Amino acid sequence: MARMIRVVLAALILLPWLAQAASIEIRQFDDPVTERRYQELTATLRCPKCENQAIGDSDSPIAGDMRDRVYEQLQDGRSDKEILDFMVRRFGDYVLYNPRLEGRTLLLWGLPVALVLLGALVVVLLVRSRRQASARRLSDAERDRLDALINRERNE
Amino acid sequence: MTRRLLLLLPLVGFLVLGGFLYQGLSMNPFERDSALMAREFPAFELSTLADPERTVDASLLEGQVTLVNVWGEWCPTCKQEMPQLLDLADRGVRLVGVDYKDTREKGREFLAEFGNPFEVNIFDPEGTLGFDLGVYGAPETFLVDAEGVIRYHHTGYIRPEDVREVILPEVERWRE
Amino acid sequence: MLIQMIPELGHFALILALLMALVQAVVPLAGAASRRPLWMAYARPMATGQFLFLVIAYLCLTASYLLDDFSVANVADNSNSMLPWYYKASAVWGNHEGSVLLWSLILGAWTFAVSRFSRELPRDMLARVLGVMGLVSVGFLAFVLITSNPFARLLPKVPADGADLNPLLQDFGLIIHPPMLYMGYVGFSVVFAFAIAALLGGRLDAAWTRWARPWTNVAWAFLTVGIALGSWWAYYELGWGGWWFWDPVENASLLPWLAGTALIHSLAVTEKRGSFKSWTVLLAISTFSLSLMGTFLVRSGVLTSVHAFANDPARGLFILVLLGITVGLSLLLFAFRAPRVSHQVGFGWLSRDALLLVNNILLVIMTVTVLLGTVYPLLLDAMDLGKISVGPPYFNALFVPLTVVLCLFMGLGPLARWKRMSGRELARRAWLSGAAALVIGAVAPLLYGGEWNLKVSLGLVAALWVVLPLVRDLWDRSRNADSRLAGLKRLSLAHWGMVLGHLGLAVTIVGVTVVSNYAVDRNVRMAVGDSAELAGYTFTMTELGSRRGPNFVADVARIEVRRGDSQRSFVMTPEKRLYIARGMPMTDVALRPGLFRDLYVAMGEDLEDGSWAMRLQYKPFVRWLWLGALLMAAGGILAVIDRRYRRAATARDPERAAAAAQKEVTA
Repeated sequence: MARMIRVVLAALILLPWLAQAASIEIRQFDDPVTERRYQELTATLRCPKCENQAIGDSDSPIAGDMRDRVYEQLQDGRSDKEILDFMVRRFGDYVLYNPRLEGRTLLLWGLPVALVLLGALVVVLLVRSRRQASARRLSDAERDRLDALINRERNE
Repeated sequence: MTRRLLLLLPLVGFLVLGGFLYQGLSMNPFERDSALMAREFPAFELSTLADPERTVDASLLEGQVTLVNVWGEWCPTCKQEMPQLLDLADRGVRLVGVDYKDTREKGREFLAEFGNPFEVNIFDPEGTLGFDLGVYGAPETFLVDAEGVIRYHHTGYIRPEDVREVILPEVERWRE
Repeated sequence: MLIQMIPELGHFALILALLMALVQAVVPLAGAASRRPLWMAYARPMATGQFLFLVIAYLCLTASYLLDDFSVANVADNSNSMLPWYYKASAVWGNHEGSVLLWSLILGAWTFAVSRFSRELPRDMLARVLGVMGLVSVGFLAFVLITSNPFARLLPKVPADGADLNPLLQDFGLIIHPPMLYMGYVGFSVVFAFAIAALLGGRLDAAWTRWARPWTNVAWAFLTVGIALGSWWAYYELGWGGWWFWDPVENASLLPWLAGTALIHSLAVTEKRGSFKSWTVLLAISTFSLSLMGTFLVRSGVLTSVHAFANDPARGLFILVLLGITVGLSLLLFAFRAPRVSHQVGFGWLSRDALLLVNNILLVIMTVTVLLGTVYPLLLDAMDLGKISVGPPYFNALFVPLTVVLCLFMGLGPLARWKRMSGRELARRAWLSGAAALVIGAVAPLLYGGEWNLKVSLGLVAALWVVLPLVRDLWDRSRNADSRLAGLKRLSLAHWGMVLGHLGLAVTIVGVTVVSNYAVDRNVRMAVGDSAELAGYTFTMTELGSRRGPNFVADVARIEVRRGDSQRSFVMTPEKRLYIARGMPMTDVALRPGLFRDLYVAMGEDLEDGSWAMRLQYKPFVRWLWLGALLMAAGGILAVIDRRYRRAATARDPERAAAAAQKEVTA
């Protein structure tokens, strides 16, 4: 019941989740690059148990276990991809906040790109047709006067 | 004419989205298939709960269809689930338990109190096997076929009606 | 006796408000359709009456909270006798039922405001606008009364005390965040109603846009502030320094904001130039629809949560049906009534018209991208294609480059003239700003971080490219006046609004860029007497103690902070609280805010040996995020104060005459 109330509340006030961030862990890193990678990995892996939190932000036990694994594997010199694959083998694609490009995510990644291209095409076509519209039946003098009227506010 | 069709486009887009949202109302975003489906049970080497000297590995699950249940003394739902597991054991299903993130003492107390439907209990105090199984809470139940391949996965509580309606048919299916 | 009946009075007032909304919706709309002035005249008194009864209902609920009437289920679930009075009053909207009531109250307030300030509108237009708003009101009040009654009683078993308000909500940020956000969401219902009224009346000239523009600006300004407050609250209360998570609930507020931003610009084009007419109508419908959809996504729990409505699936379905009717009918109306032949208002490549077209297209692409990322997991799941997650890496990868491109055009926008201008002139006005932006942007990271950072440079160049042309333009405009100051004073408020709005975005971009790349944090173990260094500051724990609050107990650390070798120091006191009623532990961070950096100390766990885990953070420029949002909102408000909008709406001024002349000439 308490959990449900929390869930409903979280939903209500239009803010992420009503649980605070993870406990503060003190980990030693050999070099700042590894530390940076640790932070990035724990920010891009989703906690499988929580509402919508990265393992780096979550207090749940499984998120702690996953952070431990990430830390250990970084110490073992594994690459980011190996670590992510390791997690996906166990918990599925669900734990990746950065969805991989594959058949089912084609639309997800492709649509924005397609829209940019389509948008560019629309702009080109529209401006070309509007340019012709503006050129019609006006002498140069008339056009200048009209432009001045339209932009009058500029010198107000 | 094309322009009129163009003007209908937003409506069509909205109706499609609305359809999905309607479907979404009856979906549970937390019901997920295990990533290990149709894959071999992960390798492990752990002692049993009863006997610290006896180590078991994945060969334990070969030869016959087995239901692997991940539980722990700390998990209240596991207690509610025990009658269903005992029922399954009575019906001749082979059960293996994974005592997950527990102490030996508490695990044994739990079985003494609520019954022991398991042929063997794998003792997993650090949760390493649980992690390799992709377990993120208990209870979770896996059906492993005679070749040691995971065939079915149940997250959370097994209700009394699930035994007859879901679990037993799956066991039968993979026995053949 | 009367005091005991307060919840029933509130309930009754709510029913009356629904009935009045019903009359306000049906009679004036029918009157406008059949040209009956008497029927149309119902709109304004009904709007007033509806608002009045909503205020009564709302006050009744607030009174129940303040009087600790735990026989009201809503109060018992969300309040506690120990709660300070101001949290009791704000707890009203810290839950589902109360917040839907607040939503309805705000809708009533907007409707009332429209009925007050739009006396000069043509009678049928006003009747239609208020009628449409009444329809929306009917939907929401029915939702409250049928599925989410805040006045439901727990009788006869009245609990002795309430369950308390979630400690996370016991905070100033949360007192004002939801009302601001709702003012924004619901405010877009006004421009929506104007657009629908224009479609219904078949009068799709530029007039409706002129009336709707100020309302849209105000709503947008509220939404901007609401989103910023949410981000600020998450920063110090939830995320321990995180300020945006791309969570579905956040995206739900960003979607109408993006569409609303596009709408503000397209309204300007339609009003000034008479073009983009259908497009503006569609945007007006979309913006409000996205507000409604945000409500649905958030409340139905389809995206965010498990079984949020397991106990009452009717709620999710009700909102979906409401959404379907509102949006579906509007888009259907749009498809049949939108002008099929567009006026060919001409403009060239280098014109403000063309740049605003690009702006609109980019903002729409951003909106679609956020929407797609938010609902994509649901789409795949519904098609049985598995469960995936779409999170910050996806949104950042697409949103950041789109923002940069948007800035590219934003820099040129204010310099360009309507209709057309020569490339040479535009280049003459822009080249210096462009060169300066490139140089400063490229060098600044070297001064700050010591090493060059492409992302920082890119962010700074984008921000400078937005600002510098604005400055150059102000310089040019003030040149011919007696004095510079006199020249600047002559500029219209609407123009200053635009300047502030663009400046605000640039400020936010600088904040995002710097804090994302240069923030530093460290987790340390600290006992009394221990010191730690971070970004040139020394943090020393001098004391550990405890204290009692009104409804919590807390461990308190006293940390002395010194910058470099400076003699002066200041004290930060992070707390670890335990809220008694819910037994919930909470970290209360200590913040040292500054215009150029925040210092942030959070207290973690007791490590048992007299030391505590502490998280120290250095957040440069983080305040700029919200400062920028405030500037944007101020810009929106400033534009409304402009005298032009308060002139009688029917007055024809030279600009409109010019636009009309242009239309006649080219027709």
